[in-house]
Amino acid sequence: MSPSVSALSITTFIGALGSLAGFLARFGRKMDLEQWTVAARGFGTMLVWLLMAGEIYTTFTFLGASGWAYSRGAPVLYILGYQPLMYVVAFFILPAVWEIGQKRKLQTQADFFQARYQNTYLSALAAMVGVIAMLPYVQLQLAGLGIIVEIASYGAIHRTPAMIIAFTIVAAFVFVSGIRGVAWASVLKDILLLFAAVFIGIAIPYHYFGGIGPMFAAIAHARPQHLVMPGSTKNLGHSWYITSVLMTSVGFFMWPQNFAASFTARSAKILRRNAVFMPLYSITMPLMVFVGLTALMVLPHLSNGDLSLLTIVRQTFPAWFLGVIGGAGALRRSSPKIFTVQ
Amino acid sequence: MKRPHISSVLLGLIPFIAICFTVSLWDRIDPVVFGLPFNFFWLIAWLVLTPVCMWAAYRLEERSTASDGEGGEG
Repeated sequence: MSPSVSALSITTFIGALGSLAGFLARFGRKMDLEQWTVAARGFGTMLVWLLMAGEIYTTFTFLGASGWAYSRGAPVLYILGYQPLMYVVAFFILPAVWEIGQKRKLQTQADFFQARYQNTYLSALAAMVGVIAMLPYVQLQLAGLGIIVEIASYGAIHRTPAMIIAFTIVAAFVFVSGIRGVAWASVLKDILLLFAAVFIGIAIPYHYFGGIGPMFAAIAHARPQHLVMPGSTKNLGHSWYITSVLMTSVGFFMWPQNFAASFTARSAKILRRNAVFMPLYSITMPLMVFVGLTALMVLPHLSNGDLSLLTIVRQTFPAWFLGVIGGAGALRRSSPKIFTVQ
Repeated sequence: MKRPHISSVLLGLIPFIAICFTVSLWDRIDPVVFGLPFNFFWLIAWLVLTPVCMWAAYRLEERSTASDGEGGEG
């Protein structure tokens, strides 16, 4: 089997398995609108965790964090900064949002503004801002998916058909299973990405430098300015860091899909307790950063930093492993939650 | 809806200060800790320390909910 065929068949297999989980999630439940959008407010700790923390493991986790580390350097630290802080915000606001949602049987973010402020214009505005904000987000996630499939197939599949196919499958299982499908489809994805991230985050620096410490020592010697802000950029310094971390962490649960996901929980206590521990889930982000930094030293002349992780994985590991990364990344695709929010 | 306890809000502010507002104090390479530049080490450490702060806040919130009976009306 040629490398492209073996990588691609594994990618497809994983994608199919994850989608199947999404479709099957429907069974054994009577489907009505409340079940479809907010799982009849029945999710326990694990499914709420997957739905919310799973949002960390987007295409951005893999491509963006390593890409920023590669092309910008220390400004990538803002990702390590906003992730724990957004859960501090979640700790305080989600239980309150949940309580109002429970009392008034709310299903969307716009519902919340209607119920809380009794103002139809405000809730219409919230819905509109949500949809408009979502468009570039979807575009970003789809583009990431396209890149992953294109590289995992060694160029055999172009990114546009890959995006169309994935988008159709996700839309289909979300249509069938609603938010339950979203949560269950991310079980496989999270397990795969977690293991893949830990493995490549440790193995790649080890392979080229004999460890993470020596890798940093090599960069500190060759390009010390890359490791403190503003890194290899002109203007991403400390005031940029503070404002970006604040905006991203405080704003994270303004995303309609993240906001409304809190309605799926069985109790406010589940949301609060998950918010305490979710920063631990971000422990894979620094590993992706290490991969991007290793790539900078090993493959310094890539035209697009966002490709650094996939390129170095392709160069370091056998084709089937690239297929696993491709499959996990393809499962992440365009945060399927977005289909259930408006 | 119950307002959060003032102490848990203060506990929530600790990670914001450590991670966000003090950036110019810790954004440096030296001292290298466990092979990591200091800024990387600092933020990775706070991935673990943030849950410690919030666990304390969680305990506080749970205790005050328990003593109020069922949280009250909002």
